[in-house]
Amino acid sequence: MVLLVALAAAVLASLAVGTRAIPPAEVLQILLGNDTGANASVINDLRVPRTLIGLVAGAALGVSGALIQAVTRNPLADPGILGVNAGAAFAMAIGTGLAGVTGSFGTLALAYAGAFGASVLVYAIGSLGADGGSPVRLILAGVALGAVLAGITSAIVLTDRARFAGMTAWQSGSLLDRDVGLLTWAGPLVLLGLGVALAIGSSLNAIALGDDLASALGARVVRTRVFAVLAVMLLAGSATALAGPISFVGLMVPHAVRWIVGPDQRWIIAHSVLAAPVLLLLADVAGRVVMPPGELPAGIVTALIGAPVLIVLVRRRRASEL
Amino acid sequence: MSAELADRTSLDPRSESLPVPLIGGWVPRRGVVVAVASVLLTLALAVVALGFGDLPLSPAEVVQALFATDGGFITTVVRDWRLPRVLGAVVFGGALAISGAIFQSLTRNPLGSPDVIGFATGAYTGALIALTVIGTGAVSLSLGALVGGLATAVVVYLLAYRRGMQGFRLIIVGIAVTAMLQSVNLFLLLRAQEEVAMAASIWGAGSLSLMNWGTLLPAVIALAVCLPGLLLVPQLRQLELGDDAAAAHGVDVERSRLGLVLFAVALVAIVTAATGPIAFVALAAPQVARRLAGSAGIPIAGSAFIGALLLLSADLIAQHTLPVDVPVGIVTVVLGGFYLLTLLIQEARRRT
Repeated sequence: MVLLVALAAAVLASLAVGTRAIPPAEVLQILLGNDTGANASVINDLRVPRTLIGLVAGAALGVSGALIQAVTRNPLADPGILGVNAGAAFAMAIGTGLAGVTGSFGTLALAYAGAFGASVLVYAIGSLGADGGSPVRLILAGVALGAVLAGITSAIVLTDRARFAGMTAWQSGSLLDRDVGLLTWAGPLVLLGLGVALAIGSSLNAIALGDDLASALGARVVRTRVFAVLAVMLLAGSATALAGPISFVGLMVPHAVRWIVGPDQRWIIAHSVLAAPVLLLLADVAGRVVMPPGELPAGIVTALIGAPVLIVLVRRRRASEL
Repeated sequence: MSAELADRTSLDPRSESLPVPLIGGWVPRRGVVVAVASVLLTLALAVVALGFGDLPLSPAEVVQALFATDGGFITTVVRDWRLPRVLGAVVFGGALAISGAIFQSLTRNPLGSPDVIGFATGAYTGALIALTVIGTGAVSLSLGALVGGLATAVVVYLLAYRRGMQGFRLIIVGIAVTAMLQSVNLFLLLRAQEEVAMAASIWGAGSLSLMNWGTLLPAVIALAVCLPGLLLVPQLRQLELGDDAAAAHGVDVERSRLGLVLFAVALVAIVTAATGPIAFVALAAPQVARRLAGSAGIPIAGSAFIGALLLLSADLIAQHTLPVDVPVGIVTVVLGGFYLLTLLIQEARRRT
């Protein structure tokens, strides 16, 4: 309930704050169609699409973070840190730059392929070995793969600056000037991903107890994992295609939610859907205010807030858990 | 090369590292072979690198130009245009590798290298702040990079220190601090005036393309001034045995450690100030050298030779394989990332 109010406030702030500040009351009037002044076009053409993208991308990032943390039993997992977003960005750079793919659907398909490939690869490398892979190894694998992919991506971008003029802005993870047309495809797919996530919630609770115990309790461990990876692919891929590679939202939100609602994955996922967009929209708003007349990309703001959270987490946990 | 490498690493180190007497002491035979081989390879690669470019030269022409007494056009191309960049790659690669070897020995962790703990990103932050506050210029850039890098290294160590130092915590704190500083850097870049932003972003990508004698010589002189730090290497070997053992052997533990850290930081700071942040050489070179030499500790000289070879090869790739001249920092990040991945896979295999 509190979250719903917070979300409404964040949406309102995202619509009202900016280079041209518009009072909340007027925002409501415009949304209801009662006002058609100069501010109406600002709201309808610029801020509504931007807010919508923030909502969808935020929810997708938060839930994909919760899913990865649950499946890998790793409190430090995040689609950004694990290189999933870098994979999507890499595939999009390759596809648009070298293969000439255009259009919303093609871009999305590339992002999904990249996100899927990167998550499978990181998980495969991170879980090698007798002990089934430690959380630290998973993170190292993610960071290393992310560095490789991001390096190649920037090399591709550097080779053809003209074609990639939009790509450099996109790489920093901003909600500004996004392709709203993507929402027609990405919106339903994100909803599908959220649905899958909620459906496997109870199995994820069982997996939290360990694979053996989970199968003894009747959970289908392998099937749950497959569904979880597919959902992560849909969610993280969509978010990256919509807003660029944004880190730390998927790390912070599930932790914050867990402190409030406890360890039940179903509740964590359901609350992340609401809490993550709040964070992303507020980060976006903060980015607009902090250095007028320019803007700071939302992804930069989330990294600035999220990195200290990672440090606190790693200092708090005992060594054996990591 | 890779087959040979795999073959060598699979050899049992005990059978190969029988000590043979050498001038001044006992050195493992395999380490010497590796060192000589990497020096020869570096020399060969340097000659090839000097021949590459818009004016292709054969190795014979390059050697002739290097030792020619008359100042022909080819001599100018080789000596004045290409030689600084190649020399820079060799010297800076070696310095970065020595710095990494010392850090990794002191932390007893292959990941304890200056680029992992955020030194490079911090140096960039410092340089940006210096450029915006003090003004553009090589001096403010170098000073800013030095202070920024040092401060970041200290902060990361302090944040990661909790009832002792653990490798995993160090690297994750390093990742987090790096992510934060990258945000700060972008913020500063977006705010900065255009000429500052241009100067900073060229430097910040980590490139050797702007090397000439004027920029190379001060850095090389600064590195040479630091060379007496190598005298501390015997103490480093003692410290590897543990603080107590080292103290029992008559080593002043705290003072040696401080001296070594200062030496290592100075090396990487000088290089970073000259070229911008070049990642992963300090991380990878000492480990590669250790594996090739099959030694227990990290060989300092071997690391330096491998580092020179690594950075020179990376710069060749950066310069000549793509249609545009990409910064060498991008190439080393990609190569280093691959290296880290194989390291993880190997480590996992060994445990099964």
